[in-house]
Amino acid sequence: MGTTTVEPGAATPGPKTNRIGLTVMDYKGGKTTLCAGCGHNAISERIIESMYEMGVQPELLIKPSGIGCSSKTPAYFMSRSHSFNAVHGRMPSVATGAMLANRKLVCIGVSGDGDTASIGIGQFVHLMRRNLPIIYIIEDNGVYGLTKGQFSATADLGSKLKSGVLNDLPPIDTCALAIQLGATLVGRSFSGDKRQLGAMLKAAIAHKGTVMLDVVSPCVTFNDHEGSTKSYKYVKEHEETLQDVSFVPHFEDIDVEYDPGTTTEVTMHDGSRLRLRKLEEDYDPTDKIRAITRLTEAHDKGEVLTGVFYVNPEAPNFIDMLNVVDQPLATLPDSMTRPGKEVLDAVMEELR
Amino acid sequence: MATTDVVPRESTGGPGHKRIVNDMSIQVATVNGSGSQSSNTVLLRSIFQMGVPVSGKNMFPSNIAGLPTWYTIRANKNGYIGRKKEIDFLVAMNPETAVEDTMSLAPGAAVLYDEPLALHKLRDDLIFYSVPYDKLVAAVCPEAKLRKLVKNMVYVGVVASLLTVEMAEVEKAIRKQFATKMKAANLNLAAAQAGFDYAKANLQKRGAFYIERMNATAGKIIIDGNSAAALGCMFAGCTVVTWYPITPSSSLVETMIEYMKEYRIGPDGKATFAIVQAEDELAAIGMVIGAGWAGARSMTATAGPGISLMSEFAGLAYYVEVPGVIWDIQRVGPSTGLPTRTSQGDILSTAFLSHGDTKNIMLFPCSVTECFSMAPEAFNLAEQFQTLVFVMSDLDLGMNNWMSDPFEYPTTPINRGKVLSKEDLDRLGGFARYKDVDGDGIGYRTLPGTIHPAAAYFSRGSGHNEKAQYSERADDFENNMERLNRKFETARSFVPRPEITKGNNAKIGIIGYGTSHWGITESRDQLRDEYHLETDYLRLRAYPFTREVHEFVEQHDRIYLVEQNRDAQMLTLLKLDLKPELTTRLRSIAHITGLPLDARSITDELTSMEGK
Ligand SMILES: Cc1ncc(C[n+]2csc(CCOP(=O)(O)OP(=O)(O)O)c2C)c(N)n1
Ligand code: SF4
Ligand SMILES: [Mg+2]
Repeated sequence: MGTTTVEPGAATPGPKTNRIGLTVMDYKGGKTTLCAGCGHNAISERIIESMYEMGVQPELLIKPSGIGCSSKTPAYFMSRSHSFNAVHGRMPSVATGAMLANRKLVCIGVSGDGDTASIGIGQFVHLMRRNLPIIYIIEDNGVYGLTKGQFSATADLGSKLKSGVLNDLPPIDTCALAIQLGATLVGRSFSGDKRQLGAMLKAAIAHKGTVMLDVVSPCVTFNDHEGSTKSYKYVKEHEETLQDVSFVPHFEDIDVEYDPGTTTEVTMHDGSRLRLRKLEEDYDPTDKIRAITRLTEAHDKGEVLTGVFYVNPEAPNFIDMLNVVDQPLATLPDSMTRPGKEVLDAVMEELR
Repeated sequence: MATTDVVPRESTGGPGHKRIVNDMSIQVATVNGSGSQSSNTVLLRSIFQMGVPVSGKNMFPSNIAGLPTWYTIRANKNGYIGRKKEIDFLVAMNPETAVEDTMSLAPGAAVLYDEPLALHKLRDDLIFYSVPYDKLVAAVCPEAKLRKLVKNMVYVGVVASLLTVEMAEVEKAIRKQFATKMKAANLNLAAAQAGFDYAKANLQKRGAFYIERMNATAGKIIIDGNSAAALGCMFAGCTVVTWYPITPSSSLVETMIEYMKEYRIGPDGKATFAIVQAEDELAAIGMVIGAGWAGARSMTATAGPGISLMSEFAGLAYYVEVPGVIWDIQRVGPSTGLPTRTSQGDILSTAFLSHGDTKNIMLFPCSVTECFSMAPEAFNLAEQFQTLVFVMSDLDLGMNNWMSDPFEYPTTPINRGKVLSKEDLDRLGGFARYKDVDGDGIGYRTLPGTIHPAAAYFSRGSGHNEKAQYSERADDFENNMERLNRKFETARSFVPRPEITKGNNAKIGIIGYGTSHWGITESRDQLRDEYHLETDYLRLRAYPFTREVHEFVEQHDRIYLVEQNRDAQMLTLLKLDLKPELTTRLRSIAHITGLPLDARSITDELTSMEGK
């Protein structure tokens, strides 16, 4: 598709490559073992496309995840990137450690609604506060897929399990939480919305800070029935879209006119532009309070609200705040990590 | 020598009585938060500067201010720096505990008390000295607000005078203590001097205890184990530190922050390290593992409750094979237990920390020197064996001041283990992460960020084959677990060897580790001098146990394993390792009171088990 099409040479039309000379095959993963039709598979596809289109060097990407069907998916995209399928609910700490070790890495952390909003809520909360450079994706199906369909903490009030059990607790809105806690690019999308999810992922790649994307991703096996609020049918019927999201990468010289009255343009850290054509007139994605109010209204109205809820490309990220050297800590030479003998001598002298 | 030599009771005092030189323990009873820590340190240092071997142990409450706290200084010409049970000289500053403290002394001990406490009425078999602290303090400290803080320095002067510590050394120690605060130094010095002068003019020395100048501390340093560990980690090339505050480990990281800020800033003014206070110990260990996986030398420091929380992650690190160093500054459990008291109670739980067949490498430092030297060893082992290494210190070692020779600059190079670079991959074409290429059970790994199409592999806590691919096959699982076991066996010949001290034709062997060492060495002398009992001694320095440990058990009829827990944890661990017929040789001397293990308790129990 679009952005990276290179005019094929006259005689030998080789495979299409992206701006760093890789083909889309270089971004593929292993064969999925998830159920056919599982929303998570579509998200993996979008990740592959957006990484390819943005020309991310696969070896610079890491893919930590927690435990769950969703957390398995790093096996199904980008085999040329290191993965770490960690423990349930604790991917944020592993991701944080890895980013401390090597600030040059790009990190996409994959989690589920169970992995995030129940067992992992503690680490999730603190990850959001730190504004660590990471793309945090919740593949949100409202249930624990891998343990066979129990309710998760994002299940809506009144939604129904296959067995007929009703959920009588209110959901945690991970987007509202992320905004309130300090994440700097927050949105919700739907696994079935190629265009919107693709654009949001590309913006996420361009962002230097914590990106939190809650992607509604139906579980066809345990939560796609009548009475579910995370089914394909329910989302299609109740989706409200805040904006028409599009993305212009920094390496593309496209200058499409837009009307500042109807479109908000956000310049990302790397010079890329995130364009949000308003579908709701007065929505301002830099206003936290407005965002949280709107999300609360959506719950009250039973809407599945999607779009970019909040963005702030300027906020300092965690790695910058730590004032660490520019080179990765992981591979600093010994001469920089072991002070000389004169330092030990001086310390010993003080202790005499 | 016998620590129980009784001072002749004297009602008259006067010269000519027995002299006990450079062998005593002084206990200072105060209230926590009253600034007594500086006074205690000054007294300790003054004796140290007189050339007399000395140690200080702080017994403090789990509380911020207002509860009783005791500081014990032991001076001993033979260099015994473990805890001594008996108190020879009590400084009773805390009205709340003064009576009980006085009543618990052995006859002949001395008591220095604040005049209004009138402790002399309690007993007639002790030596009493009273000092009007408030009067003395008022004279040297015009500012009423500060009096409470400098009052404690008065006793330092009095004690110095009574035990013949030179005032010049006290002054030197005060100047060092308040190095950057001239005004405070002068004020404290005036207080100490007032105490010293008062004692000279008004108190008649009657006890038998004297400090005399000797030359056993020249060139030595005083430091606590946590600071020593912090320094060790800095010189080990540690780059990522994560932590969650918990006594008695917090000061390790807090001191490390200070050292790193001073000595680990790169030429561009930026840090060559990252230190992060995590939200809990689950996150602390998760970050250590993430960082270790991505190639940093990462560590955390904690205590028992934190170790328990880290359990699930420890198994992940074992199985995924990720390096990291964890300092466990052990305190008394179960649960919150006695958070400000010492123990060796995490041995078994740490050896097997996590579910499944997890086994972890542990190191056991016994001294501040080893806190320093085992740090680079721990990091090297962690990266060589791609696993967590637990350094099992304790509160006694970590938070108390110890005398030591200056640390030696590490001579062993930093060893990053089997890490393949891009060039290696160019040469090899690819690799299998969990394949035992070298027969030592250790595979090769790559770091994220290595720009080579064959660099990546998939780390997972679920079953995997040599190529790190998901596998539920029985043979893959078994082979992998066997290889991990092979790796652990390889570690036996790489971990620090035990230290063995031979007696004279001894049939009895003592095995100990960590801070139990200090009680054991003193006890062995007591056994020889008082009971003519010869012992050999092996000090464990690591788990897995090395060959020498097995040999030591084979060479002795009876083995006493001395440790500071209830359930003989190290003995239990050793039993699992020994040939069944050897296990009957093991006997346990396991004590846990929260106080550092003293020699007399070991001697008494060992002799009674020997039928002496
Ligand atoms: C400590 C721990 N507790 C429980 C489990 C069992 N478990 C595995 S996956 C899972 C829920 C996953 O739900 P979610 O994150 O929503 O992923 P999904 O399968 O729905 O994509 C649970 C409870 C576990 N692996 N570890
Ligand atoms: S159980 Fe549900 S979440 Fe898991 S793979 Fe199947 S459809 Fe997806
Ligand atoms: Mg789920």
